[in-house]
Amino acid sequence: MSLIDISGNLLYIAFFCYLIGTFLFGGAIKEKNDTAASRADKFGKVAIIVTIIGFIAHLAYFITRWIYTGHAPVSNMFEFTTAFGMFIVLSFIVLYYMYKVAALGVVALPIALLIIAYAAMFPTEVSPLVPSLQSHWLTIHVITAALGQSILAISSVAGLVYLLKNVNTKVRSFESIMFEMVMYCGVLVLGFVVATSTFSIMNYESKFEYVDTLDNVKQTTYMMPAIFGMNEYTELSEDKMTPVMEMPALIDARKLTTVVWSILFGSVLYLLIRLVLRRSVSSMLQPLVKRVNSQLMDEIAYRSVLIGFPVFTLGALIFAMIWAQVAWSRFWGWDPKEVWALITFLYYAAFLHLRLSKGWEGKKSAWLTLVGLLIILFNLVVVNLVIAGLHSYA
Amino acid sequence: MNKLLCECGHENPEGTKLCQKCGRPLSAEEKDKKIADMRYEGTAIRSKTHNKSIIDKVWNFFSSVKVGIALIIINLVVASIGTILPQEFYVSVATDAEKEKYYSDVYGWFGEIYYSLGLSDVYSSIWFQILVLMLGVSIIIASIDRGIPLHKSLKNQRVKRHASFMKRQRVIAEGQPIKNADDTLELVEQKLKELNYKVRREDQSILAERGRFSRYGPYVNHVGLIVFILGVMLHLIPGFYVDDSMWLREGETRAIPGMEGYFLKNDKFILETHDNAPQGEQLKQGVNVVAKNFQTNATLYKQKADAVAGQADDLEEVKEYEIRVNHPLKHEGYAFYQMDYRLNELKSMIFDLTHKETEESLGQLTIDLTNPEDEYELNDGAKVKLLAYYPDFAGFKDGVPQTATASPNNPAFIFKMFTAEKPEGETSFVAIQQTLEPNGENIYKMKFANVETRNMTGLTIRYDRTLPVLFIGGIIFMIGVVMGSYWNHRRIWIEQSADGTVHLAAHTNKNWFSMKKDLDKLTDAAHLPQYVDQQEPATNEQQELEGKEETEKEGKPL
Ligand code: HEM
Repeated sequence: MSLIDISGNLLYIAFFCYLIGTFLFGGAIKEKNDTAASRADKFGKVAIIVTIIGFIAHLAYFITRWIYTGHAPVSNMFEFTTAFGMFIVLSFIVLYYMYKVAALGVVALPIALLIIAYAAMFPTEVSPLVPSLQSHWLTIHVITAALGQSILAISSVAGLVYLLKNVNTKVRSFESIMFEMVMYCGVLVLGFVVATSTFSIMNYESKFEYVDTLDNVKQTTYMMPAIFGMNEYTELSEDKMTPVMEMPALIDARKLTTVVWSILFGSVLYLLIRLVLRRSVSSMLQPLVKRVNSQLMDEIAYRSVLIGFPVFTLGALIFAMIWAQVAWSRFWGWDPKEVWALITFLYYAAFLHLRLSKGWEGKKSAWLTLVGLLIILFNLVVVNLVIAGLHSYA
Repeated sequence: MNKLLCECGHENPEGTKLCQKCGRPLSAEEKDKKIADMRYEGTAIRSKTHNKSIIDKVWNFFSSVKVGIALIIINLVVASIGTILPQEFYVSVATDAEKEKYYSDVYGWFGEIYYSLGLSDVYSSIWFQILVLMLGVSIIIASIDRGIPLHKSLKNQRVKRHASFMKRQRVIAEGQPIKNADDTLELVEQKLKELNYKVRREDQSILAERGRFSRYGPYVNHVGLIVFILGVMLHLIPGFYVDDSMWLREGETRAIPGMEGYFLKNDKFILETHDNAPQGEQLKQGVNVVAKNFQTNATLYKQKADAVAGQADDLEEVKEYEIRVNHPLKHEGYAFYQMDYRLNELKSMIFDLTHKETEESLGQLTIDLTNPEDEYELNDGAKVKLLAYYPDFAGFKDGVPQTATASPNNPAFIFKMFTAEKPEGETSFVAIQQTLEPNGENIYKMKFANVETRNMTGLTIRYDRTLPVLFIGGIIFMIGVVMGSYWNHRRIWIEQSADGTVHLAAHTNKNWFSMKKDLDKLTDAAHLPQYVDQQEPATNEQQELEGKEETEKEGKPL
């Protein structure tokens, strides 16, 4: 077995540990009153040990892949997203030892699981580095930024727990519907994973030729049955699904197809859950956090932002600017990725000021942490995959 | 200005919420609160007390945190709108008309609107700059407005506080010590010192404090932000910033734009690619090869002191360097970056002067396309004159050949060939794949033999004297946020009355969890009565009861 295979298997181990850890934490919560001074019970202890074993496997994946590729494994979507998941678990473990709140585990670990599963849907091959990425700053900048983002993401884990406890899911209100929407979005990510895995097990592949915005003829490969066709497409593969609709050149129909399949799969999944359980996902999860101390959750959410904000600023703005100055001759170029790092920074600055001066605590603050997570994920997913960054050499 | 006289006899400035000496609440509003408002220690901040002149009004506007947050959000929204479509500087067309066409061609009606609203160049728009400036002003004014009174009251803290102040802190304890009542204060003092508190004692009162410096964190980070914004504005001052670029062919030496008296020579341009088999994302996007290295082997020269400006004859070598991406050549604050390249640019073209029928050559000539000669001597007294040269031939206009640019992308020539048979000369127009003979049939032709090519490198020249300012701004900012975020200001006031009863009050600006851990240790060590958090609901059960009531009040069941 080569190093890269070992690395891949370690990631599997981590994934299963987190999965088991989630259920153990679920058990830990039910056992005892979570507000008491002695929060950790035997379930909690086992849960955190399993989580730590998972994290060590995850870290070992990271290191072995680093050795194999010769550069920090944070240079493509799969690698970066997996690392992001790893740092979320790390932040959670640290937080667990600070506050000993098992309830955080039932939310943090599933989020980490979703993120890793999402990452695994991208090509996992080792890709060679273009010249601008061949720098120690790649390592320094990306790792610090990812760490900062994951600490900030943990604040929304606490925010979610807070809302789960405090939103009244038994009545239909704007708030409870919005919260159920959050749950639905989580299921959609699962939908993406299920859709991608299904079609990849089927070995689905179909090639198209199309005309892009600048009238160049190009080729592309769909990994899912084409619902939408690229601009002026011609099919190159036989016996594959013919697109239902052609899209203008501006829209990447291949990505749109992926999005629509994910929504279809996710929605079916969501409906199934609802049919089986006969109630909303949020009210199903609610009993898990019954014993949680809301005020402590609120404080954890705030504290995570406080801890994550400087790390994020250092990694995603300061180190980023230094590297940009070295690689691209300017520390700032209003590239979409840069702008969204700035937006994240401004957003959390606004969060801190709101909290400080307007006393936005409790529910309001918890919702704000969720919006923050949305911005971070937008930067990770949409800005990387949809909005075109134009400064690349390749 | 009116003064507020506290019962304790201390005169406070108007607008003060908590007496600066004893801590009694002064305003009616403040007296009604169960927990005192400890922001800025209850001092009077300027914006809350002055509201008469226009200056006051402007001051109050910018010092309002509400306004500050609004400004942050507006900046955020504008910045995000600018990422919907690529900005103009990423679109490689030159004129405004072309840009407009680009946006409407590629993005349809949306692109048209986007362009006409100026969103395609939003970051250089005066509106965006005004917004950033307003944010800067807001930061400065808000910091002065709150920072100074805060500093004063933190500096002049009294140990003894009035009972009404103590009672209205968030965390309090009251009662008889469980044991050792005589030593309570000694035990407290000892334990708090152990916990790294600075302890002051006056009679039977103790004030213990820790991490006060963290209160200055926000002010320090705001200073950093201001320094950074100032640094960015320095770019506008001439002399602080040079941004230029140059194309340099292999073997060529040229004066460096923006760097007086220096020349750069391109000895060689190297492009290396990874030899991996395309896979994954690379395949999906149809990218065949991935670049591995872009490199210009360059030599930097300096003119001798007495040389004529722009003359390249008399140069001293300064240094040789391999300019690569991520490894710019640096000299005296200037940096040269590998930014672009063009491969296989035509360097010279080689022709044979050939007899059309016999195919016999009278000799070969090599035309240097960047520096062609007027006349080329060949065998047997034959010669060729170059009457005209069009480096980038773009067709005829009114019968006259045109050149699009000065780069030899599509060279065309008008030759006059002098041979023994035609001593008066024959004229021929030669372009790639095209020959015209304006004066009828010629005997000789210029037969294309070969081309030589070379690579060209595109370098960016950058000089930025604002970098140190930005760097210092960044460092100050980081120090400030770390101070304010990773430390917090904890205070504990304790008083013991003659009968042994202890009154304790505790405050921290953030992180109550750790504050309570300190208090747990203190309570334990000094046998104090259990503290209560006045903000926390007493028990979970009570909270659940409240939850039930809410359920019944709110809306219909799901
Ligand atoms: C991008 C811009 C800004 C950043 C990054 C920033 C950053 C910060 C940070 C990190 C804190 C500490 C928060 C905490 O510890 O919870 C803070 C506090 C504060 N900021 Fe800002 N700030 C910005 C703009 C502003 C503006 C425009 C105002 C003006 C109204 C302002 C007024 C304040 C005030 C009054 C405090 C509280 C100070 C104290 O507690 O003593 N800030 N700022």
